[in-house]
Amino acid sequence: MMNVLPLGLHIPEPQPCFGRADVSGSHLSDAGRVPRPAVDVEAREIRHLAYDLIRVLDGDGRAVGPWSGACTADQLRSGLRAMLKTRAYDARMTMMQRQRKTSFYMQCTGEEAIACGSLTALQAGDMNFPTYRQQGLLIAQDWPVVDMMCQVLSNEKDRMKGRQLPVFYSAREAGFFSISGNLATQYVQAVGWAMASAMRGEGRVAAAWIGEGATAENDFHAALVFASVYRPPVILNVVNNQWAISTAQSVAGGEGATFAARALGYGIPALRVDGNDYLAVHAAACWAVERARRNFGPTLIEWVTYRAAPHSTSDDPSKYRAQEDQAAWPLGDPIERLKDHLIGRGAWSEPRHVQLKAELDEEIAVAAKEAQSYGTLMEGTKCSPASMFDDVYKQMPTHLREQRQELGF
Amino acid sequence: MPSLTMIEAVRDAMDVMMARDDRVVAFGQDVGRFGGVFRCTDGLQGKYGASRCFDTPISESGIVGIAVGMGAYGLRPVAEIQFADYMYPAYDQIVSEAARLRFRSAGEFSAPIVVRMPCGGGIFGAQTHSQSPEALFTHVAGLKTVIPSNPYDAKGLLIAAIEDDDPVVFLEPKRIYNGPFDGHHDRPIVPWSKHELSETPQGHYTVPIGEAVVRREGSEVSVLAYGTMVHVAEAARRSVGIDAEIIDLRSLVPLDIDTIVRSVTKTGRCLIVHEATRTSGFGAELSALVQERCFYHLETPVVRVTGWDTPYPHAQEWDYFPGPNRVGRALMRLMEA
Ligand SMILES: Cc1ncc(C[n+]2csc(CCOP(=O)(O)OP(=O)(O)O)c2C)c(N)n1
Repeated sequence: MMNVLPLGLHIPEPQPCFGRADVSGSHLSDAGRVPRPAVDVEAREIRHLAYDLIRVLDGDGRAVGPWSGACTADQLRSGLRAMLKTRAYDARMTMMQRQRKTSFYMQCTGEEAIACGSLTALQAGDMNFPTYRQQGLLIAQDWPVVDMMCQVLSNEKDRMKGRQLPVFYSAREAGFFSISGNLATQYVQAVGWAMASAMRGEGRVAAAWIGEGATAENDFHAALVFASVYRPPVILNVVNNQWAISTAQSVAGGEGATFAARALGYGIPALRVDGNDYLAVHAAACWAVERARRNFGPTLIEWVTYRAAPHSTSDDPSKYRAQEDQAAWPLGDPIERLKDHLIGRGAWSEPRHVQLKAELDEEIAVAAKEAQSYGTLMEGTKCSPASMFDDVYKQMPTHLREQRQELGF
Repeated sequence: MPSLTMIEAVRDAMDVMMARDDRVVAFGQDVGRFGGVFRCTDGLQGKYGASRCFDTPISESGIVGIAVGMGAYGLRPVAEIQFADYMYPAYDQIVSEAARLRFRSAGEFSAPIVVRMPCGGGIFGAQTHSQSPEALFTHVAGLKTVIPSNPYDAKGLLIAAIEDDDPVVFLEPKRIYNGPFDGHHDRPIVPWSKHELSETPQGHYTVPIGEAVVRREGSEVSVLAYGTMVHVAEAARRSVGIDAEIIDLRSLVPLDIDTIVRSVTKTGRCLIVHEATRTSGFGAELSALVQERCFYHLETPVVRVTGWDTPYPHAQEWDYFPGPNRVGRALMRLMEA
């Protein structure tokens, strides 16, 4: 008789990220090893790219392999600046939350290369459908940080009129779609936007953004279905920062397959990329955008990274992940890695780095001062309560007019 | 009797039931190791193991869908939706599946599940962490909808919900998780330990689903409220000095019609308070019911104080929240009419 084991559930356990800070671990491809196909490649020809890891910077900070491309020193210095500014912005806004000037904040510490590097592949007229962790998309294009801060502070100059949770920016001009708090809803909207671009023949590209945790939502799968059927110009970004609040990536299904591999069942080409390697980010994003722009359809990119900061100001990561893991920053700090590369190239130096950091900290501090002068959530002026009845409909219906009067306006 | 917060009372109810009945399982996003973002399931995984209290993928439809399947198998699942605002992807499973399984199978199958979700505003959660979606459930045949206003009821009602053979939507007003709310946002929360209804018996007891309770006797006007608004009504009553009778509905479906009718017949006036938007809100149902049953006893029209028909704003939420000032003014208007 066959020996039948009793049934039992498999409950995923969080694994330490890549064996601590060892970025040359066996399950991570070495820098420069992964081939770079032509942009008109068929999805089935590059299935392995969904399991490999595209990396350009090696352990010594040199750029190697077919994805190393030809970024100029100027481009890289401006990438470094964008990442440093994003980090300075996050630090300042977190402090403001601690000072109770706003209710809430979310950092992207450790993930700066992904948004900052991807942006360089896009053009004016393209549209991002971000989550709350892509502030780098705005900062890298020098969108005024005072404007962003006013949103976080919900003050009188907040263009969202004090309605949205802090960090839920919207900047149409900057190709930054309004953020929803409901995870994954934007993913399928990005596909629709890209379909519209294709229907109009206007050549614009959409970039959809999602965290690995939220790929479990229905809307993620709906997006892949539509993207695979209609092949619109959309980049399907999955930011795998290992954690969804307290929940390890394994619970979202990241144990048996990579997130990139989810695209394969739909016949969508997929890349898996070291998201802490600014050069790899830039190269992969350019590849996917060119593909989209030339009408070869969607690409899904899994950016492998690590959420170095807490999920939000309401989170306490010590309750669910090891201190060593947090300190180890698997894949390294994207800022340090790019800095080392530039220094190796003779295009940067330690003193210039220190000076730039100081300049940016100062710039952010000055901006913060200005933003605060327009009020904070707790003090000073903010948008009148009467304004909450605006924009519910294009034209205010009578019942809302009456309710506004009832409130005293 | 120990004094508990609402969070502790909710946890205690699950603990008691998981210890008594190994069919009871609890799950949801961040529910297992972390104990839930509001810590309602803290410690349960340690006590009962990861097969009975576990983390799920971020998929509300999946969470409720598996609950329906487990319930049909014979388990007693308690599913957590992290915020009521995020139940929409699960809405189809709740409304088309859980609610109708018994009816469509002529009783062959059923979904004895509890779907817990924190609801309501007043914590600077903006439009996606503040909603009160109760009317979206009360409109659906086959569901029970419950919403406690204090730790004692929270524990008793949740135990009753877990034991109930029908699907129960269990709404937890997060504004009062840590303390009763006296209605003034600039004043600190009064700790639950200072409130008589935080006295929560150990072990098993139930508060029957479908029974309202008169929180404060009064003769001049009946106030129908639930959840956080019970405390707002009490603060308003104190500040305007009107002898209002405050009824805590506790269960919206099934609704304790007798208690409502008895009270309004006695006082001749009725004020309804809820946080949800006004149009087609649960207050509309209550108002219709009072007019159907108590019309000849009414001395004034029924009045509603509710959230406005706009999404919940972040910075102006205290102008949205039906606080004691608005409720107090409505009470005075009712008495003058
Ligand atoms: C539909 C929905 N369910 C639950 C939540 C609560 N929530 C907010 S962020 C988050 C974790 C998301 O993790 P991930 O997608 O990995 O992105 P990350 O925050 O790590 O960038 C959860 C569960 C939500 N906002 N929307």
